[in-house]
Amino acid sequence: MTIKAIQEELIEEFAMFDDWMQRYEYMIDLGKSLPLIDEENKTEERVIKGCQSKVWLDAELKGDKMVFSADSDAIITKGIIAILIRTYNNQTPTDILNAKLDFIDEIGLKEHLSATRANGLTSMIKKLKLYATAYQAKLNS
Amino acid sequence: MFDLTTIRKDFPILSRKVNGKPLVYLDNAATSQKPQQVIDCIVDYYSNYNANIHRGVHALSQEATDKYEAARKKIQQHFGIAKAQEVIITSGTTHSINIVANGFSSLLTPGDEIIVSQLEHHSNIVPWQMLCKRTGAVLKVIPMNQAGGLEMDAYQSLLSSKTKLVFVNHISNTLGTINPIAFMTEKAHEVGAAILIDGAQSCSHIKPDLVALDCDFYVTSAHKMCGPTGVGMLYGKEAWLEKLPPYQGGGEMIDQVTFEQTTYAGLPHKFEAGTPNVCGGIAFGAAIDYLNSIGFDSIAAHEAELLSYATEKLLAIEGLKIYGTSKEKTSVISFNINGIHAYDIGTIVDKLGIAVRTGQHCTQPIMDYFNISGTVRASFAFYNSLEEIDVLAAAVERAKMMLS
Ligand SMILES: Cc1ncc(COP(=O)(O)O)c(C=O)c1O
Repeated sequence: MTIKAIQEELIEEFAMFDDWMQRYEYMIDLGKSLPLIDEENKTEERVIKGCQSKVWLDAELKGDKMVFSADSDAIITKGIIAILIRTYNNQTPTDILNAKLDFIDEIGLKEHLSATRANGLTSMIKKLKLYATAYQAKLNS
Repeated sequence: MFDLTTIRKDFPILSRKVNGKPLVYLDNAATSQKPQQVIDCIVDYYSNYNANIHRGVHALSQEATDKYEAARKKIQQHFGIAKAQEVIITSGTTHSINIVANGFSSLLTPGDEIIVSQLEHHSNIVPWQMLCKRTGAVLKVIPMNQAGGLEMDAYQSLLSSKTKLVFVNHISNTLGTINPIAFMTEKAHEVGAAILIDGAQSCSHIKPDLVALDCDFYVTSAHKMCGPTGVGMLYGKEAWLEKLPPYQGGGEMIDQVTFEQTTYAGLPHKFEAGTPNVCGGIAFGAAIDYLNSIGFDSIAAHEAELLSYATEKLLAIEGLKIYGTSKEKTSVISFNINGIHAYDIGTIVDKLGIAVRTGQHCTQPIMDYFNISGTVRASFAFYNSLEEIDVLAAAVERAKMMLS
């Protein structure tokens, strides 16, 4: 599936709910399917800065596709990173770097997060793209 | 008569909705809401007598100056301060603390000691660290205990002839602990040290009598006591304020200026460089009037009821732990639920219209002590109701169900 198609799927799923309490419940559920980072990989350099809760993110290359894993000590944060990983997982670094994340605005995710969490979301996307940049360089070398 | 319904009507913001739900504002330790009386005072100032003060001969300037100086008198009377010139109107607690910390630069020598407490707001630890760096003085810390109180034996053993200044908050913003400031002042004076008390959290709950207390400095922010942001107080005993050098240079704080030399204005202007927050100062006075019209006895009685009701309601939630269980505490409850991140609870209850604070509350040393990453903090003001606590308890219960 393309990143665009996954985003459309997410927009549809979030549209099924009437209010943000239900959407949060859904996010919490999505967090449960997050591909978890190995405990020994929860190191300082894999921590995402700028979040009130702790978030660890790791990425590997399988063939020419990126595979992410993550974890957080807060459940809602886990849901947020799970959504991002779902959009980016099994995509090439180039596709990840070229993708526009329209679904965030479409769902209204940012407005419904606290300011600190919205910053956290931005930091997560930055870190995901940083991994993509690194692996793109590796693939091209 | 304390009539909550009437009081709540004074606060326009309390009738708004958040996320489709009536606002339940329980973040009063961060900042208080403003009554119509204070809002009207601000509108009146800008609508009718806005002018620069202390420098114009015209009528508006005179009127604004009179009102500003009247506000200073109100602050003086409210806090039981001996002289109006001992009241410096600042931009807030942080500013006030920095004036004192900067002033002590010229009074300290290497090896002198400054004592602070483990309960401090961490942004307020920084000015003392900077002062120590500048002067070679040493920072000592009064340890806290499990209940969230300060260890007075340890405090007394830290005090010595090397101690030059003690800095402590009157009330902890995270735990609500009321510190024994009268005792601490007496002990500081026994070794000849000055004491500066951070009253940011106390002045909405308590009316301190500063002459009786005998502390050397006391600071607070108007925004925590129903006044506007960007204005606050530095109280200092006259002898101390005379001894400290000015903090900032500028208009208002000078007497004679030539390129060779400047002589400074007397108190309080020496510490009030530049055009002050005229409107803020006047509205600070209006806020003090408002609080006194309700009465601090009534405020204390109602808040005690809120605290005991909320404590009971929240403790009924299984797995909930309260941090800060000192017998002497104000209406602040910091808590966590077993295995759930404070941030998640805050997010869910926000969706239900409730404003609480989550995180470290600028008190990392307290978090480190309890070995936690943060807490949820509900802080109550006299305009909160028992019904709002029911809403909070139900929301926390619901968040717990969603998150576990
Ligand atoms: C105990 C304490 N001290 C100082 C401050 C800082 O006050 P301000 O930001 O108004 O300068 C606060 C406010 O959060 C506080 O709670």
